[in-house]
Amino acid sequence: MAETTLTHTSQLDRPEGWRGIAADWASDQRAFKNVSWGKAMMWIFLLSDTFIFGCFLLSYMTARMSTRVPWPNPSKVFALHIGGSEVPLILIAIMTFVLISSSGTMAMAVNFGYRRDRRKTAILMLLTAALGATFVGMQAFEWTKLITEGVRPWGNPWGAAQFGSCFFMITGFHGTHVTIGVIFLIIVARKVWRGDFDTGRPGFFTSRRGHYENVEIMGLYWHFVDLVWVFIFAFFYLW
Amino acid sequence: MVDVTPADAVPPAEVGEMELYHPHSWWTKYVFSQDAKVIAIQYSATATAIGLVALVLSWLMRLQLGFPGTFDFITPEAYYQFITMHGMIMVIYLLTALFLGGFGNYLIPLMVGARDMVFPYVNMLSYWVYLLAVLVLVSSFFAPGGPTGAGWTLYPPQAIMTGTPGGNDWGIILMLSSLILFIIGFTMGGLNYVVTVLQGRTRGMTLMRLPLTVWGIFTATVMALLAFPALFVACVMMLLDRLLGTSFFMPAIVEMGQQLQHSGGSPILFQHLFWFFGHPEVYIVALPAFGIVSDLISTHARKNIFGYRMMVWAIIAIGALSFVVWAHHMYVSGMHPYFGFFFATTTLIIAVPTAIKVYNWVLTLWRGDIHLSIPMLFALAFIVTFVNGGLTGLFLGNVVVDVPLSDTMFVVAHFHMVMGVAPILVIFGAIYHWYPKVTGRMLDETLGQFHFWVTFLGAYLIFFPMHYIGLIGVPRRYAELTDMTIMTESAHHLNSFISIIAFLVGFAQMVFLFNLIWSIRHGREAGGNPWRATTLEWQTPQTPPAHGNFGKELPIVYRWAYDYSVPGAKEDFIPQNVPGDFRPTREPA
Repeated sequence: MAETTLTHTSQLDRPEGWRGIAADWASDQRAFKNVSWGKAMMWIFLLSDTFIFGCFLLSYMTARMSTRVPWPNPSKVFALHIGGSEVPLILIAIMTFVLISSSGTMAMAVNFGYRRDRRKTAILMLLTAALGATFVGMQAFEWTKLITEGVRPWGNPWGAAQFGSCFFMITGFHGTHVTIGVIFLIIVARKVWRGDFDTGRPGFFTSRRGHYENVEIMGLYWHFVDLVWVFIFAFFYLW
Repeated sequence: MVDVTPADAVPPAEVGEMELYHPHSWWTKYVFSQDAKVIAIQYSATATAIGLVALVLSWLMRLQLGFPGTFDFITPEAYYQFITMHGMIMVIYLLTALFLGGFGNYLIPLMVGARDMVFPYVNMLSYWVYLLAVLVLVSSFFAPGGPTGAGWTLYPPQAIMTGTPGGNDWGIILMLSSLILFIIGFTMGGLNYVVTVLQGRTRGMTLMRLPLTVWGIFTATVMALLAFPALFVACVMMLLDRLLGTSFFMPAIVEMGQQLQHSGGSPILFQHLFWFFGHPEVYIVALPAFGIVSDLISTHARKNIFGYRMMVWAIIAIGALSFVVWAHHMYVSGMHPYFGFFFATTTLIIAVPTAIKVYNWVLTLWRGDIHLSIPMLFALAFIVTFVNGGLTGLFLGNVVVDVPLSDTMFVVAHFHMVMGVAPILVIFGAIYHWYPKVTGRMLDETLGQFHFWVTFLGAYLIFFPMHYIGLIGVPRRYAELTDMTIMTESAHHLNSFISIIAFLVGFAQMVFLFNLIWSIRHGREAGGNPWRATTLEWQTPQTPPAHGNFGKELPIVYRWAYDYSVPGAKEDFIPQNVPGDFRPTREPA
């Protein structure tokens, strides 16, 4: 299996410049030295997923820029009535804060994972999952609020019909990503807690042994989902 | 610091042995197998089966076009459904699945010297999701209203409106769902292929020693991972338009005298998304063919491939360029002239790396020891066909020439030559070439000759006249052409002629299928390396290769894949895993 082993580091003569870069990439056995199979696979998957979110966001921007009907003002639509005044975007701000915080706890989990601190790793992963679940919960609240105000995929009281369609589609697709992340966080946390990565217990379906690196790979996905949210936040709510 | 690398120096293994899943029962060995070779055969069999459906559909279309008015059961609606399903099945469910899922799974681990794909379990899931996608697609034939008849491009608004077959029924829903499933399944497989090539190679196998087959499949897979997302998004959005009443692609529109609820959507947005996928898709099908044909030519001409390094860079350049040409499919959709200028320019630039490849194939053949075996025949046929189809591509890439030719049979002839017939010829050649490794027996030579000549000549008899029919202005996608003034009598005769040839060519494919099945038991024993080839898949201890591919020790690679007819060597080929002094002068560093 692809463990992160530092074995072959002898410095062969490499050509200069572009040829050197090509030779590095084309080098023996592995293009990315000390990158395990799982990590490489996650990075490439995320690249592909970036194109999916990119297409969603570009389609949304096209719809928003080409519509002749006024676009509803997100600051007003996403305002909450708190203490007698309308606070714009307050819920979104809290959601963003929660999700970014969960990236922090995830990073800490990865750190403790490499220190082989089973307890702290598992607890931090579960905390990350809890923050993620909170995010999804608040999104459900936001959806409910908009639906009760009359926003539908095919129309809304304030302007362009594409507002609702884009909103439900993009946040729905991102929310699905977060939900899948929460499920896998719990699965990996359980494996950590049980000590699978210490005892080298083979996976149920794959019969492969897991490693603490799996925590980091999980983290890559989680940070990616957070990063996507930052773009959604900027392009959908702040624009 | 090492200053001089000894000729046979092989760096130590960087990665430990792979943990393989060992099957416990008949089910996990043959059905839910995690062995890439079994998955490859499953992929190929499924793709062939659904491809046969598409073949029959093309016969039905030819019945209507060749003998209009004779067959009552082919209504205009049915004709549109045949066209749509034929196109979609051939491009995605047959060609993409066969090249990447079939050949990719079989050849990548063997050729790079790996035990299996890096994640066999995910690889297995990939096949089962693909099978599900195919089943959903097939189910649309039995759904109320039948399959969608929107054309394989599925352009909205017509794709989801009442007038189009399946537009207001299950057809379009099942089509879009099936595509979404296909993309999910493909992504699981595609990640495996890419990571196996990048990170799972055996000792000594640098990227610049990979056989070009692997380069072609690898680059095509990377492209697919970046291009399919656009189709995925387009499918999701059209499903929402159809099911939830959103208006992503639907403008305000009247249907049967009724104003629909939709407003403000952009059909052009769909076209952009579709072709951002659709154009790379052409090369997703073509690049594996380029790679495979390079290996076939080199092996059967007993000569190293000419300009290996340039071949690799040409593959990469074509892959990159194909992402910036998509709007040449949309010249008649209306665009700013400068955009037309840009996309025409990028389109024509693709001719440069493609021409490099064609010259290199021809130069590989030049003064080679050409064996006219069946794989070589198909490879030669590919070169001619690809040049033919490519030249008409230069016509259609230019805005001023494209506009009058757009939506005529000329376009049909062009893309069938360049991305239908040409890759299929390579697939046939590749099957004749690798069948001995998969089964241990050769395919029958006489039947193969028959299959080749009927297919090759037949394809030309079908598609050459079609160029002429298109040039006189006969439009494509018309079920009934009898009363049109442009349909001259000669065009009618040609249409009947094309149809008759199409049946003959289709029949030749049945002979090929018979050969495939018959030779499993009755073919001549092949031995481990019947073509005397250099690449690693021919050096396995068992034929067919066992689970884990290479026995106890993985092979070590000492040379590139093209050491044919090396001066001074005992044999006219030196396998990649043979150490020794006979080093070619032209091998890249």
